[in-house]
Amino acid sequence: MTMRDTDETLPNPVRPAFDTPSTEDGVIVNIGPSHPATHGTLQIIAELSGERVVRADVHCGYLHRGFEKECEAHTWHTLIPFVDRLNYCSALINNFAYCDAVETLMGVEITPRTRYLRTLLSEYSRIADHMTCIAASVMELGAMTAFLYLMTIRDWIYEHLADLTGARVTYSYGRIGGLAHDLPEGWLERLEQILDEYEEYVGRIHGLMDRNRIFIDRTRDVGVISTEQAVHWGFTGPILRSTGVARDLRRDTPYLAYPELDFEIPVGINGDNYDRYYVRMREMDESVHMIRQLMQMLPDGPINVDDRRCTLPEKQRVYTEIESLINHFKLVIDGPQVPAGEVYRAHEAANGELGFYLVSDGTGTPHRVHVRAPSFVHMGGLHKLLEGYQLADVVSTFGTVNMIGGECDR
Amino acid sequence: MAVDLLERLRARLSEDGLEAEFAHGLLAVQLPREALLETVHRLKNEFGFDLFLDVTAVDWPDRDPRFDVVCHFYSTHDHVRVRLKTRVPAADPVVDSLVPLYGSAAFMERECHDMFGIRFRGNEDLRPILLYEGFQGHPLRKDYPKEREQPLVRYRE
Repeated sequence: MTMRDTDETLPNPVRPAFDTPSTEDGVIVNIGPSHPATHGTLQIIAELSGERVVRADVHCGYLHRGFEKECEAHTWHTLIPFVDRLNYCSALINNFAYCDAVETLMGVEITPRTRYLRTLLSEYSRIADHMTCIAASVMELGAMTAFLYLMTIRDWIYEHLADLTGARVTYSYGRIGGLAHDLPEGWLERLEQILDEYEEYVGRIHGLMDRNRIFIDRTRDVGVISTEQAVHWGFTGPILRSTGVARDLRRDTPYLAYPELDFEIPVGINGDNYDRYYVRMREMDESVHMIRQLMQMLPDGPINVDDRRCTLPEKQRVYTEIESLINHFKLVIDGPQVPAGEVYRAHEAANGELGFYLVSDGTGTPHRVHVRAPSFVHMGGLHKLLEGYQLADVVSTFGTVNMIGGECDR
Repeated sequence: MAVDLLERLRARLSEDGLEAEFAHGLLAVQLPREALLETVHRLKNEFGFDLFLDVTAVDWPDRDPRFDVVCHFYSTHDHVRVRLKTRVPAADPVVDSLVPLYGSAAFMERECHDMFGIRFRGNEDLRPILLYEGFQGHPLRKDYPKEREQPLVRYRE
């Protein structure tokens, strides 16, 4: 289909960067936004020469919900559920990165137990996120069995997190100065079981995929990017690491409990689709390794800091003392009073550097919340991964880039 | 080593008459918009800030100049961040584009243009990105009401 408007009543939401082919045998095709392989609604307008992509024009924004605008109308606390809906495959990492940014601005130091729990849950979310990415990208290449194995484990993780937080995907579990509540009884025992199952299942994925001829043919030397180009186009996370450099915020700018953990940073060789698959597979193993260490390290103690600026007072005291009642009321109605200033905090999310830039004017509602979403920046360089390869490779490259509409379009 | 780099950078910037201070783990620099491109050049080529993280704006409706344009940079070698902040007036919201230096600037500047109407001189491609063609106004400006709707396709009765 050419990009001409066929229906007068429905205006085209995008203006393509090009609408005439650059060569005589060139054809311009439109891919997405509603295509089974563009999970997360992305539109790619590509010029083809035969089956080869010559130019690609990437359009995102179909999932734009005005996240940043909406945040300015909520208190620092009540916007946490919106934060979940950025990268909805690993919502806990978003929660913790946001809370960390607010806590930095307020000068709040979280309790040791929360620090370890947040680290543990971040890694647990990373496994779920990588599983989603790998499952979707291998399924699009026809590997239905691998998809189902990964989804089985991921669903156990989701159910397990639902046990903790009450929701399968959007947890809203982080709180400024702590967490919603402590672990339920028996949660860590079940975690151990799931990790054991994980090893069994991921072993099968390795067996099915790693030396699979079809998989290698479709992913090896496809969507290649060099380290220099990747940095130039702002790639971070597994995509940057797949080019062969160990750039990981967990190691480079330590936060939470990462400095105390023993872990490796897996890197790729070529920066192609196969390397991105393999880096993610290895990262999940490292996450499991970290979770096992954290389960040993997890100290007892309180979850929330004892700070009346952000933590709600105990219910019993709210009912019996006027000071606590007022404190509770002010925290709920006005929100935590965050000192005026600005902060940028970044966590290594499953997709790369997830940064929160917050500006406070000293009140309970933010003046500005900005998210540096890795997926959005990655879409700015996606054309580099598509140009020069086959049209069918668009699907596998897009799969391994793991664009998440929620955080890309906000 | 990393803090050394920022100290050297601060000394170098103060030679140019720019104020820089440490804030929450990064070096924050306030600078006039004329100095932006040259400073970024220096950051990239002399101090190795090779990753352009982010550009966005902050609207202060009661202040003149009204907007802050905020850029964040990261050095993948030294693992430190720098924030550059420059003020632009509502009547002439223009800053230099960083596209010649960083490819990643292209999409982020488009978003900033969408949301705040900041124009980036040198970025030829400021088509809407999160919004759509024909969208009126800039939604992240404080004078854009949150409730205002502009559906591209009319709602079904």
